[in-house]
Amino acid sequence: METESKEKTNALISRRNFLKAGGGVAFAVAAYALLPELPVADGNAPGKGELVEQKIFAWVHLRTDGRITIYNPAAEMGQGSMTALPIILAEEMDADWSRVRIEHSPIEPQVYGRPGFGGGASMITVGSRAVSGYFDGLRIAGAQVRQMLLSNVAGKWKVPVAELTTEPSVVVHKASNRKISYGDIAEFMEIPESSPSVSLDQLKDPKDFRLIGNENVPRFDIPAKTNGSAQYSIDVRLPNMVYGVITRSPVYGSKPRLLNEKMIRSTAGILDVVVLEHGIGLIAETIEIALKAKDKLVIDWSEGAKAETHNSEMAPEEYERIAVDRNARGSSIESTGNVASAMKAAARTFSADYLNDHIYHAQMEPLNAVVSVAENGKSAEVWAGSQAHDSARASVAQALDLEIAQVKYNPQYLGGGFGRRSTSDYVVEAAELARVVKRPLKLIWTREDDIAYGMFRPMSLQRMEAGVDKTGNITAWKHTIVGTGSRLLASGARNDFYTFPNQEIELRSVDHGIRTKHWRGVAHGPNKFAIEAFIDEIAVVQKVDPYEFRRRHMKEFPRALNVLDTVAMMSDWKAKPKPGRAKGMAFGERSGSLCAGVCEISIIDGKIRVHHFWAALDAGIVVQPDNVIAQTEGCILMGLSSVLYESITIRNGRVIQSNFDDYQLLRMKDVPDSIDIKIIPSTEKPTGVGEAGLPVVGGAVANAFAALTGKRIRHMPFTADKVSRLLKESE
Amino acid sequence: MAKFAFNLNGKKVSVEADPDTPLLWVLREKLGLTGPKYSCGIAVCGACAVHVNGEAAPSCNTPIMLIEGRNVTTIEGLSEDGSHPLQEAWIEEQVPQCGYCQSGMIMFAASLLNKNKKPNREEIAEGMNRVVCRCGTYLRVRKAIEKVIADNE
Repeated sequence: METESKEKTNALISRRNFLKAGGGVAFAVAAYALLPELPVADGNAPGKGELVEQKIFAWVHLRTDGRITIYNPAAEMGQGSMTALPIILAEEMDADWSRVRIEHSPIEPQVYGRPGFGGGASMITVGSRAVSGYFDGLRIAGAQVRQMLLSNVAGKWKVPVAELTTEPSVVVHKASNRKISYGDIAEFMEIPESSPSVSLDQLKDPKDFRLIGNENVPRFDIPAKTNGSAQYSIDVRLPNMVYGVITRSPVYGSKPRLLNEKMIRSTAGILDVVVLEHGIGLIAETIEIALKAKDKLVIDWSEGAKAETHNSEMAPEEYERIAVDRNARGSSIESTGNVASAMKAAARTFSADYLNDHIYHAQMEPLNAVVSVAENGKSAEVWAGSQAHDSARASVAQALDLEIAQVKYNPQYLGGGFGRRSTSDYVVEAAELARVVKRPLKLIWTREDDIAYGMFRPMSLQRMEAGVDKTGNITAWKHTIVGTGSRLLASGARNDFYTFPNQEIELRSVDHGIRTKHWRGVAHGPNKFAIEAFIDEIAVVQKVDPYEFRRRHMKEFPRALNVLDTVAMMSDWKAKPKPGRAKGMAFGERSGSLCAGVCEISIIDGKIRVHHFWAALDAGIVVQPDNVIAQTEGCILMGLSSVLYESITIRNGRVIQSNFDDYQLLRMKDVPDSIDIKIIPSTEKPTGVGEAGLPVVGGAVANAFAALTGKRIRHMPFTADKVSRLLKESE
Repeated sequence: MAKFAFNLNGKKVSVEADPDTPLLWVLREKLGLTGPKYSCGIAVCGACAVHVNGEAAPSCNTPIMLIEGRNVTTIEGLSEDGSHPLQEAWIEEQVPQCGYCQSGMIMFAASLLNKNKKPNREEIAEGMNRVVCRCGTYLRVRKAIEKVIADNE
């Protein structure tokens, strides 16, 4: 099915031109045929009649009045890609930003994708990769547009292209003192059969950037997010629309048997009852009828699902056994040198275990989607907020036995993603219910559904062992990760910016049969916490300043060292904190970006209180500095929330927490007095910023706690209970 | 089903609904005002906040029968054109990220400033503590509120 659809897309886009760019693929497409399919975001969208006259480029629509529409291929979940990606293109196009408007691109990965994990083109928005993944391609696309504008003017004025320059949205011929606006060029513009070739070395010198790195370019989506007009899929209302809800397996894998179907069906306003593999779906005329009936469902759930065996409170004991089991063999993440002999030769050895609980995404918009299936079942339309609009579209097509081209897809803003929305289960569910009712259907997960059937960042145990030589430097490093979720536990375990000559990093997986998922930063949170807290322990026991101790092992990595030194300076690391306060430091890399953080804490009413947080970030070229600061503030606050409060308990496979009353999140009262962030200036290629600030939080807080109390807090979250237990313990 | 009449963003409206239908569903699904958001459904996260008789209140578990005859303002009615000083400060400080909680944030902030023209940090924290933001925009929320306070001086 997918192949057929690809062929269709190929036929549709006859002038496709792939350009190799920096190991990736940039797409420069004259896509006249695609544009009428564009989602109509507002009344200003072009009508079909206008399209014939206008010259169109797949990424850009330039109108004769000078307005420029740039299409954003990434999901907008709050991270700002919807603005950052068009800025990159507009920079090389030399577009007047005040005339640019942004729309979601069509969901066509062959045109708008970036090189995906499997080699194919993908539109998935994950791992903080939108800017880094599209950077070269969008610059080239922008430069191609500019090149086409220049050659059209050169032809018209009969001057060499080389004599032409641009100012924002204006082509200039200095020799004859002539200027023409992009809009005016659109009046006579001819788009060549094949796009002009532009190579990376023909692009702007970063010092000439007008938009990239400009602190005064605001985010496009923000005004609509201050007046209620920004549209999320949960806001979609369609004529004749009905509502869907589903009660899902309380233990993952158990199957439902509805015991009171007759009673439910006879409820006024209930249109249908749909038995699914993993739950009972209800379709109703109104959301309130659906929710009331949902409360009345009596379901017998099958027993014997694997997840029933999981009890998160008991799991650490099992993990400890596995961690010390000499016969256990996991998968190797890193193996350098000879750890066993280095441990033997060590002047001193250290070991400690660190733990983290399951945690929940808690995106503020509960999962939902709107799907409409045609009366004849031959086409469908979807409105969804997904981190993978392309696979959501393909999954709906598959669920409805349709071709991808038969599914019209309208990407919406996401009320938070954090990794949860890269799986499209909720969009497929909406399609499954909509197919039954043949009316537009809005499926809403209640918050309770969203938690009970959540996909969690998995709990894990990190057994850390190290040996130091006579000078106190780490020569042997062994990190054993035990937990569920397999590769979800691996990210961030490597030490790419410390020199540890002998290393073994190993993952020992236990399958609990529960739902686990990427969560902002994936395993960087747990792994960097363990690594950075352990380094701190080794330093402090040896009476070495933890900052100096890190520096010693970071000598070979000047960029990392600079980040560390910067945060030390920002936080006045060497200065003695006020009585009752202490500082802690941590370093981490994520998606290519380097971040170091310092926090200052105290303990107030038995709770850890974070007063200040400083962070330095090297993310290469930064497209939107203010947004990068906002992302880093967000990372630190979401990190603090997870480190101080968040925990999901699973007993016999059932999630114990049910809503935000028993799953505590950080609130305004917990916000530090200040968070200072410094972006290191750079002309290196951009790296990810959506997660980079988060992994340092656990280590920084734990290390500050140790500096303040002399006690090591080794199990996230650092709740008041744990703090009080630790403080009561005798030395 | 019964009929309920109330003032919504300065206009009289009347809706038919079961008396226990939450105000939020009436606003969003019957009247098409989707600024207030559904998030927790139990009045602990603030995303659904509106003003009832001038005071910020969650709408997700307030039955419509209690709204009869009252004045309800949603984010759509806070200003005619998005020019409330808080809305402008929100843009100036580039507060929203995903944006889903921001209607609730702004409605709570407006209510706070209605009651107290010059709240200090503790009072801001107290007044805004009912709204959860998962993206972590709290710092900028605070900055935007403090900007409005400073501009008023």
